[in-house]
Amino acid sequence: MTAQSVKTPDAPAPAKLLEMHRAMVLIRRFEEAVRVLATAGAVPGLVHLCAGQEATNVGVIAALEPRDAIASHHRGHGHCLARGAPVDGLMAEILGKETGMCGGRSGSMHVIDLERNNLGTNGIVGGGIPLAAGAALSARARGSDAASVCFFGDGALNQGLLHECMNMAAIWKLAVVFVCENNGYGEFTAIDDVTAGPSLLARGEVFGIPSSMVDGMDVRAVHEAARGAVARARAGQGPSFIICNTWRFGGHHVGDKQDYKDDAEARAWRARDPILKSAAQLQDEGHASEADLRAVEHEADALVKRAVEAARAAPEPAPQRLLEHVHG
Amino acid sequence: MAEPRMLTYREAVLDALFAEMRADPAVMIIGEDVGAAGGVFKQTEGLFAEFGALRVVDTPISEPGAFGMAVGAAMTGMRPVFEVMFGDFMTLCMDQLVNQAAKVRYMSNGRAGVPLVLRTTMGTGANLGPQHSQGFYAWAAHVPGLKVVAPATPQDAHDLMRAAIRDDDPVLFFEDRMLYTARGPVVAGEPQTLGRARVVRQGRDVTIVAIGRMVAFAQAAAEELAREGVEVEIVDPRTIAPLDRRTIIASVKRTHRALVVDGAPLAYGVTGEIASIIAEEAFDWLDAPVSRLGAANVPVPISRSLEPLSRPDASAIAQRVRAMLA
Ligand SMILES: Cc1ncc(C[n+]2csc(CCOP(=O)(O)OP(=O)(O)O)c2C)c(N)n1
Repeated sequence: MTAQSVKTPDAPAPAKLLEMHRAMVLIRRFEEAVRVLATAGAVPGLVHLCAGQEATNVGVIAALEPRDAIASHHRGHGHCLARGAPVDGLMAEILGKETGMCGGRSGSMHVIDLERNNLGTNGIVGGGIPLAAGAALSARARGSDAASVCFFGDGALNQGLLHECMNMAAIWKLAVVFVCENNGYGEFTAIDDVTAGPSLLARGEVFGIPSSMVDGMDVRAVHEAARGAVARARAGQGPSFIICNTWRFGGHHVGDKQDYKDDAEARAWRARDPILKSAAQLQDEGHASEADLRAVEHEADALVKRAVEAARAAPEPAPQRLLEHVHG
Repeated sequence: MAEPRMLTYREAVLDALFAEMRADPAVMIIGEDVGAAGGVFKQTEGLFAEFGALRVVDTPISEPGAFGMAVGAAMTGMRPVFEVMFGDFMTLCMDQLVNQAAKVRYMSNGRAGVPLVLRTTMGTGANLGPQHSQGFYAWAAHVPGLKVVAPATPQDAHDLMRAAIRDDDPVLFFEDRMLYTARGPVVAGEPQTLGRARVVRQGRDVTIVAIGRMVAFAQAAAEELAREGVEVEIVDPRTIAPLDRRTIIASVKRTHRALVVDGAPLAYGVTGEIASIIAEEAFDWLDAPVSRLGAANVPVPISRSLEPLSRPDASAIAQRVRAMLA
């Protein structure tokens, strides 16, 4: 592969490391608040939380410029927040309120935020993959050097759309990065039970796409891999495939009893909590004091608390909104 | 105004593609064999030479992925015209069409759109059989967020393709293959908008609302009936969704009788929708029940003798009108 010919960017500055940490903490606190709200019955529809997977969300998105596009999936609050979605607007959207980012009509699984080039969370497993690949096709036609990223779970590895889009991205050298957030399960089914072949990476390699596996609980490792892939994409060298091995701390959706997971597994993964890891690194390296890290948490808590209060107090969408915006 | 040129239906659409691609660098073509090969029906001939490989994109045989990529391109600044070679193959694009393209505007609260055209061919008459004949426009029209067009003449094919490309929503453009060689005058005038029916012929005795190629059959039937002293009015909706109810209802209020004709299966189809609108909005003006003709509820057989029996033709239309007036 020609990956080496693209200069790997310098190591991230301490400010960037702290920024990534802050983004992960915000996601964790946000998800905890959504869990409480959903358990109390305040959230219409199904909600899929990404606690535990913050490093894959943040590490990749921190490698992007505003002009780059992302496509997310059903477990997508973290992608939206990492991409800069307003905390208030996202929370209100999840509660289906008028003040939500999409007017309360889309909820957790269908947030579209084109102002931040976020093509949306998606209720169809694999549905966002061609959208991100299409954004790269669009960039090519427009002569733009924008890259795009599609996030998908391990469940989408078995969707034909992924293989079709990988093939097209490879033949046209599109500036797209395929990021699989492999948390080991699709709903209640372990990936090994439904996914053939000796190696998940082979699914990218068969198309000649540089494919790598990273520790999805390590935001720096994810970021490093993503930066390389984005640089490659921007340089016109085509797509990359990154598998981030991670684990969701909660169930498939709020309310899932998780009988299919065992305690030893949970203990092992929780010990690898990406936020604890990042906090320890920042402290060890002298980039942040314990007080600094506590301040980050307080800041996130304050933002989330304000968002929850505002969303709870916000009105339901007015009846006349029902018929709006079917067509342009 | 420009002089009319005599173009075939196929040439009229191609002419519209050239015009819109020259007018707007965001317009691109995506499909199988649409590039240097110029399309299996020569429906994209010459585009590749003028606009190049970045705007005329030959895809692998990967309809779900390639169409989904067209949706992504449409969300990020392009106006793709995506070609599905045969209408039957549209089923492969269904998720990206129905769950993504059609819903993006609503889900984004009007902040994002999918300005995309899906063009496809359809129709019986060429003995192409069960998997190369079907027109899914009724399915598509059932999906909130999609617009659906079925032009019947070269002029309409030209105007509606230009309008479809300029429209900010996903538009499905159904071309009847049997019309591809039909020749007619085409004026490259001002761009039109979707959603307007055309009164093809005026008459006082009965209104025939006909879709796509059925318009030509209705015209032949009207000639035959005129010789018997029956004056038929023909309305071509041109756009199936959104439907120009006003023109249809105004016509029925003049003639007091309505026959709706479609080349797709009658069951759960477009004729049922139009007939119920007429019944709801013009009941007091009707002198006879609204009547419908459509294809038999069967897959389209390939046999040269069975295929024509599966759909209405001019004589079936004339016969039905006589029955309505008896
Ligand atoms: C096309 C489709 N099939 C099934 C579902 C139901 N469903 C929602 S999430 C999910 C599991 C997805 O697993 P994965 O892609 O690994 O993501 P994870 O939930 O593990 O983050 C399923 C089966 C769906 N939404 N879309």
